[in-house]
Amino acid sequence: MKADTSTTLRAFVLELAVYAVLVTGYFFLVLHFLSGWLQDLHLHHVKVYALVAIVLIIGQAVLLESVTTWLFRLIRGRSE
Amino acid sequence: MFFPISQSHISPIYLAVIGFFIGVMGGFFGVGGSFIAGPALRAVGLDWNFAVGTDLAHIVGKSVVAAKRHRALGNVDLRLGFIMAIGTMGGAEVGAQLIQMLKRAGNVNLVVSVVSIVIYVSISSFMIWEAWRTLRVAKKRGPRSKVPGPAKQDESSFSHRTRAIQGFRLWPMISLPTSGVKAISLWVIILVSFIGGLFSGFLGGGAGYIRMPMMVYVLGIPTHLAVGTDLFEIIISASYGTFSHAIKGNVDILIALVMHTGAAIGAQIGAISTQYFAGPKIRLAFVPLPLIGAAIVIYTMWTGHKI
Repeated sequence: MKADTSTTLRAFVLELAVYAVLVTGYFFLVLHFLSGWLQDLHLHHVKVYALVAIVLIIGQAVLLESVTTWLFRLIRGRSE
Repeated sequence: MFFPISQSHISPIYLAVIGFFIGVMGGFFGVGGSFIAGPALRAVGLDWNFAVGTDLAHIVGKSVVAAKRHRALGNVDLRLGFIMAIGTMGGAEVGAQLIQMLKRAGNVNLVVSVVSIVIYVSISSFMIWEAWRTLRVAKKRGPRSKVPGPAKQDESSFSHRTRAIQGFRLWPMISLPTSGVKAISLWVIILVSFIGGLFSGFLGGGAGYIRMPMMVYVLGIPTHLAVGTDLFEIIISASYGTFSHAIKGNVDILIALVMHTGAAIGAQIGAISTQYFAGPKIRLAFVPLPLIGAAIVIYTMWTGHKI
């Protein structure tokens, strides 16, 4: 039981570390390129901005869900 | 990090950490967590209008992740979720109109504060009583079998009242096979979601703190399914709210995207954790959430400062 818990914890910490690296890369790449364009939309085309905002947050949710699920599987598979 | 849309400087690590905690809570309890996210964004200097709109956008993303995970675990009743989304949006509009009426009458702050404190404290008190009683009865009765059943098997000491509500025959009657409900009037579901939406429009946020308990006690949905279905329903209603706020210029989507990076992993952890707890224990753990909401409102009334 204790071995199980430590394996799960190790897998979780490893997943957090890999995830943090991916997300940091994501911050600098995607947000840096999008911010100017989004600010322009927010100021001049607010309806388009509203639509793009929803598409972006749902798109990111689907993407990150896939990444975390893949990481869970990968790390769990390796640790077993 | 500078966020040009809201013209604010906020640490991305702070946003991701706040998102993570709200994500865990949302995945586990099926709530949006706006009563924490709003004050947390306000605390770093974001204007209230941006705090409310941005929080809604982040709730959409977090709910997509948590609902997807709950769906994989068999915790989402799609039919119920779609029906409830209709009632929620109708209720939210009426709630917003009520706020406008109170604004014109000039006593919006006092009325909303008193109503919210009464509602939050009542929900918590009732859930403490019910979950405690259910757990005591289960303890006295002892284990049903030596082989442990799935944590999803739910029980409630309020179930006799729920059965009476399900026996209310007003056409059209529908069945919810995923939730194990043989027949229930469509109007009861619409009424429950309408009340949830009403509080959402009236008090702000997603109002999961009222909808999740009502799904369990009034509709008779097992706790795990109530959590998953509520999250699915929140995707639809919060998307509507995000669009509406974004048009009014109240959404900084860049802040929401950064918050969501923490929430995405938190929501997965919260959703998976529900598998290790029985329904009454989840309900008992839910109790502090409305009380935190009540404490925030009392603090605001007492000091005159919003947190």
